[in-house]
Amino acid sequence: MTDVQVPLTSRKDWQSDQEVRWCPGCGDYSILTAVQLLMPELGVNRENTVFVSGIGCAARFPYYMNTYGMHSIHGRAPAIATGLAVARPDLDVWVVGGDGDLLSIGGNHLIHALRRNVNLTILMFNNQIYGLTKGQFSPTSELGKVTKSSPMGSVDAPFNPLAVALGAGATFAARTHDMDRQHMQEVLRRAHDHKGAAFVEIFQNCNVFNDGQFEALTTRANRDDMLIPLAHGKPVRFGKDKEKGVIITSDGAARIVDVADVGEDAILVHDEARAEPGLAFMLAHLASSVTQPTPVGVFRAVQTTEYSSANARQLAAAQERNGAGDLSALLHSLPTWEV
Amino acid sequence: MTDVQDRPGTSGNAEQVDHVVIRFAGDSGDGMQLTGERFTTASAIFGNDLATLPDFPAEIRAPTGTIFGVSAFQVQIADHDITNPGDAPSVLVCMNPAALASELDRLEPGGMIIVNSDEFDERNLTKAGYTENPLENDSLVGYKVILVPMTSLTKESVKPSGVKTRDAERSKNFFALGLVSWMYTRPLDSTLDWIKERFAKTEMVMNANILAFKAGHAYGETTELAGNRYSIKPAPQPAGVYTSINGNMALAWGLVAAGQLAKLPIFLGSYPITPASDILHELAKHKSFGIRTLQAEDEIAGIGTALGAAFGGHLAITTTSGPGVALKSETMSLAISLELPLVIVDIQRGGPSTGLPTKTEAADLMMAMYGRHGESPLPIIASYRPSQCFDAAIEACRIAVKYRTPVILLSDGYLANGSEPWLLPDVSTLPDISTTFAAEPNHVNEETGEPEHWPYVRDPETLARSWALPGTPGLMHRIGGLEKEDGSGNISYTPENHAHMVQTRAAKIAGIAKDIPEVEVTGDVADADLLVLGWGSTWGAIITAVDRQRAKGRKVAQAHLTHLNPFPSNLGEVLRRYPKVLVPEMNSGHLAKLVRAEFLVDARTSSKVRGVPFTAAEVEVAIEAELERKL
Repeated sequence: MTDVQVPLTSRKDWQSDQEVRWCPGCGDYSILTAVQLLMPELGVNRENTVFVSGIGCAARFPYYMNTYGMHSIHGRAPAIATGLAVARPDLDVWVVGGDGDLLSIGGNHLIHALRRNVNLTILMFNNQIYGLTKGQFSPTSELGKVTKSSPMGSVDAPFNPLAVALGAGATFAARTHDMDRQHMQEVLRRAHDHKGAAFVEIFQNCNVFNDGQFEALTTRANRDDMLIPLAHGKPVRFGKDKEKGVIITSDGAARIVDVADVGEDAILVHDEARAEPGLAFMLAHLASSVTQPTPVGVFRAVQTTEYSSANARQLAAAQERNGAGDLSALLHSLPTWEV
Repeated sequence: MTDVQDRPGTSGNAEQVDHVVIRFAGDSGDGMQLTGERFTTASAIFGNDLATLPDFPAEIRAPTGTIFGVSAFQVQIADHDITNPGDAPSVLVCMNPAALASELDRLEPGGMIIVNSDEFDERNLTKAGYTENPLENDSLVGYKVILVPMTSLTKESVKPSGVKTRDAERSKNFFALGLVSWMYTRPLDSTLDWIKERFAKTEMVMNANILAFKAGHAYGETTELAGNRYSIKPAPQPAGVYTSINGNMALAWGLVAAGQLAKLPIFLGSYPITPASDILHELAKHKSFGIRTLQAEDEIAGIGTALGAAFGGHLAITTTSGPGVALKSETMSLAISLELPLVIVDIQRGGPSTGLPTKTEAADLMMAMYGRHGESPLPIIASYRPSQCFDAAIEACRIAVKYRTPVILLSDGYLANGSEPWLLPDVSTLPDISTTFAAEPNHVNEETGEPEHWPYVRDPETLARSWALPGTPGLMHRIGGLEKEDGSGNISYTPENHAHMVQTRAAKIAGIAKDIPEVEVTGDVADADLLVLGWGSTWGAIITAVDRQRAKGRKVAQAHLTHLNPFPSNLGEVLRRYPKVLVPEMNSGHLAKLVRAEFLVDARTSSKVRGVPFTAAEVEVAIEAELERKL
């Protein structure tokens, strides 16, 4: 995608003139900053970049980017972005939404965008709560969550977003969080460069309705012991001294162990490019809540046929075979008679 | 073209008639639709005017022999201009007892029934609800009944082809087609050519069908049916090249044409639904026109993907039926707010809910008009005959593109599947509906002095907003469903701006009235006692009914709407010109309510919601009743 014609830009060039209207202290600010700082490094033009969003706090994102953008309706961003990406394969199309937008009302469009493998970079800001509607439980809220709409605790089992994405056949699935700009940018760069549908879950703090939800994982003091960095070709290890690791047990489960107990050779070596998604799926299920050590980074990155280019190839093949369409010939293509 | 005189059956032994209405009826697996279509095509090529009414169940293969599994196809052929498939059939072809039980009451008194007598065994009679064989008692007295053992004759005739015994009888619809083709002196070549092409890959089946078709024809020739042969001369028609077309095909081709005329690539986002799926199938074939079709995961994604493509500068379309329109409603409102071109095609069917998927109704007008949240007006176009679906599609696209608005195009199951001869247009005479995209900034930022693009700067004439495509340098902008300031497009919640935007969006749609033809009145324009106002597929029945009533000396005028929002600018004046206004509608009175509200005229409804179109006779009854009503 890198084009020598792309002019050098700075963060300022990617900022729109609109006042940002998230609550002070919202995790969305750090994601916006990370993206605006990253864009000049991606070798892309502002005019060829489109942000499409649904509804929710996260979905205000396009207004703040000096690119083309559409703030659409709740849940539909992946469908709208799919149409745009298929119609215009020359564009760089991003989708931004929250956990309610993309996994609840828009769950169907999300899984179909992923299984079609449309060239989209999908950022799901997961704060595990409905923010814009003022604090109801979301499809990623934990069981027992007490909110305005679940005063006795939620009895809804939550989605595991990465497991959903992988189950839908996502060719790129990753996780990052709003407290580490460098990690976020590295993951977003990879997602952007992926040819096909790229799904990124971003743990994002809602300091008004779900403050501190990810504290156990993302604060500087906790990160080393609670975040498990995934790196392709590297052993899956974490802890201040990399003293802990992940193994696959003989019964096929992923388990956290002390490296000293099992030996370095027993530690799982991450392979994001494996064709079958089983390993990525196991890693997605390693933590069952945000209070347990949780993998971050790229879970899966495989290259398969991208939808809009496959579609474009069919058009090209049809034109190659039949020539450009001839309207008059079409109208005469059924049996005709002359009077 | 061979001379008419050389054609089989025109040599003098046939009685000349000016029209006939034939209804083919059998089991849904009997191939009645195909039989009717082949008879239609042969008649069209022969030069008759015609109109068809396919009438089939929602089940692909309902249990054999049952009444609800009966599939029928009605066609009127004539030596003069006709507009509808006829009221009561004069000939009924019945392939089994269920077909007779289900269709007999449609037949005109004294009509002819051609019966496949082989199928009238005890089992089939019971399934059809007969306790006695109607062929053996006096229940068919008054009709001309022709018993033909079609199943056994077919089995016998196809033996040389080598098809298995159990497959042999599947050719019996071609036997029936051959027989009726003989009876109505249809040319054979077009049907034979079609069989050869259609079954080219299965030679045995091809030969069996040809043998059965010829055997049916020969059966007429060699039996006592000799006194039952008719010919119908070609209808005088304007010179030109014709094809036989149904509404869905014409509509699909109209969309293809609109893409060419707008100089925009077509994008169709669609979810399969009866009776609209054929348009998706047809457009999917025409990739060489640069047409992209996307079979979406649901109706919402159908319109969502289309809207995304519209943002990208494509001529975007979504096709569906009533239940799908309901699901697309929220996205239509977004398209109204974004002011992007989009065509929503609604092939109406009987509702509510799943309703009558394969039967016709026109009860989505109020939904098209008002079925969205907020103040969300959009233009509505309705097609009125199968071939005219072509022009209606172009018109819907023209308005969408020119005014940057979603447009609903209404057709219905009757138009979708009904066919008629169509004088092919010269494509060079079709309108240019192209538009221009923004190429340069249209504003200077007050603070920075930098040029920028304001997405809601409007053309003062049309109120259409500037359309800048992603990929255009310097015109980056954001649009969305939140209320925005006119001009800049920035989010605005101010009371004045919202009122202004609601009024502006409404004024834009209302202003289209200046850009559409006035409604034309025909019949007793100057002194009618009654105006019959119609829209959609009721046209054919209304026009025939009005002609007949005028021939009986009644003073009747007629007007038919293709633009339902906004209405033509002269409609109010036209409605007030006549003492009475009658609106026949395949709903409970949608258009009548709209014109009453808009123009304060006492328009009366004639409603039909039986899943089948009006007959001209029914419209006549309504006209007479309305004329007699004391004011």
